[in-house]
Amino acid sequence: MNRAIPSVTDKSQQRRSFLKTLALSFAALIIPGIVVARDKLDNIKDWVVGDGYRPADHRWGMGLDISKCIGCGRCVDACKKENNVPLEPFFFRTWVERYRILSKGETLIDSPGGAIDSFRADAPEDTVLRSFFVPKLCNQCEHAPCVQVCPVGATFSTPDGVVLVDAEHCVGCRYCIQACPYGARFLHPETRTAEKCTFCYHRVTKGLAPACVEACPTQARVFGEVEKKASPLVRFLRMNKIAVLKPFLNTKPQVYYTGFDMEVR
Amino acid sequence: MPEETLPLSVSARSQESELALGWIMNEFDPNTALSSVGRFFRRMLERWKQFPEQVKRLTVLLGVVVFALLTARTMLVPADFGKYGHYRASAVDEIAALPIQYAGHEICNECHDDVVETKAAGFHKNVGCEVCHGPAAAHTEDVEAGELLAPRGREGCPLCHEYLPSRPTGFPQIVSASHNPVKPCIACHEAHDPKPPETPKECSACHATIARSKAISHHAYVACTRCHEAPDEHKEDPRSFRPSKPEARAFCAGCHDDDTAGKEGIPQIDQTTHEERYVCWQCHYPHLPEAQ
Repeated sequence: MNRAIPSVTDKSQQRRSFLKTLALSFAALIIPGIVVARDKLDNIKDWVVGDGYRPADHRWGMGLDISKCIGCGRCVDACKKENNVPLEPFFFRTWVERYRILSKGETLIDSPGGAIDSFRADAPEDTVLRSFFVPKLCNQCEHAPCVQVCPVGATFSTPDGVVLVDAEHCVGCRYCIQACPYGARFLHPETRTAEKCTFCYHRVTKGLAPACVEACPTQARVFGEVEKKASPLVRFLRMNKIAVLKPFLNTKPQVYYTGFDMEVR
Repeated sequence: MPEETLPLSVSARSQESELALGWIMNEFDPNTALSSVGRFFRRMLERWKQFPEQVKRLTVLLGVVVFALLTARTMLVPADFGKYGHYRASAVDEIAALPIQYAGHEICNECHDDVVETKAAGFHKNVGCEVCHGPAAAHTEDVEAGELLAPRGREGCPLCHEYLPSRPTGFPQIVSASHNPVKPCIACHEAHDPKPPETPKECSACHATIARSKAISHHAYVACTRCHEAPDEHKEDPRSFRPSKPEARAFCAGCHDDDTAGKEGIPQIDQTTHEERYVCWQCHYPHLPEAQ
């Protein structure tokens, strides 16, 4: 008869031991991960790339002043020359778009050849209400969709906030090209691997500005540290009203625009 | 009778654990422990023999597959993958080690300080040398080897200075088809210190977009200087010497007030009652008034 009716205490004992086992097994699952991750974070702090450049000491970003851009395309040209981007007019790490908002509300967006030879003054049929140029490039998202989808870990965020592609490890599956909401990636026709803007990582690690920033004749592009106080970019962020492309996607772009128009997308 | 089971079960448990502790304290012997490990393996082997044949084969096959997969994984995953994160750490070093093409605007000063000095005082002071002369890293390594661009025709300057309505107003622009069509730009303009050879006579030299709007408007024959007083220095240093702009409604009323005599054909309003809270250009764009 004792057996037939389970006692209250037994039940609570069972529950206690069950919860204990549960907590222990969760800890066993999670703690090694945390320990390893912490270890890696500590490693990253001492990581030196190239000639004494420590990625953990930096956080890069770019500011783009739409009202200063003259659409000359010198950035596109410089980028292609600096990074050996194929010259065909559909491979770009950076490009410039011309927006023309017509009085009837229609928006014309064009970028012939990525604007490498600037634009032509062809008049649209309707009168133009407002018009401007928007330079585009990889937004170096903090939460990058391309990094998330890469099946082999060939694209990744560095500790200094740049999204890079490991061309040797890339299998060319194009998944990242599909995932990028900004159309910033392409498949290199020779290597058959994904390519994109690197913020000229090879220049930045040597203390130089990216090639597009170097080539911009009107200082429409501002490059610098996002967090340090003495940085041209921080001044840019302080002095201007800032917008990013597609903020609703929560990608947290590190490329900031000012003089932004509702029509820009 | 649940009340009676309570003390019973608790005491049974504590007795059990006391026994186990006592065994570890008094009767644990490493030799017996070893032999018990041996016993364990022997028992496992016996049990393995009892398995049906097909289970044995499947288990061996599974073992081989797992081993092969693990070997393949170790061979395919690069050695330093995962050192700092889910990527190959040396890829960052490889990318950082790529050669540069653009040397940067500072290094030119080492040899061409005269040109840099001229440029620093002119409108092109913020235009890097490599914008026009192309990537110069090879040239800075070996002056002979790296040939630089020197756009001496009409191909370079119009990239920035060709008239495009989308360009910000005030940026100096020309229509190259009608601007001295056969002359190279450098025949009249010194690219390192670009000044117009003669001070621009027409405002349209820089304010092309406004000039074009005005040209098709009713204000086509109203001179710019009618509304804007531009000091002469504005033509040479436009940002430091700004032209004036009308400040009050009375200015437009000079022509558009219905009291103004002798202005037939000009739209007129009573400036005391016509939307008196606003200044005229808040609604009417003077360079292209809506009454076209």
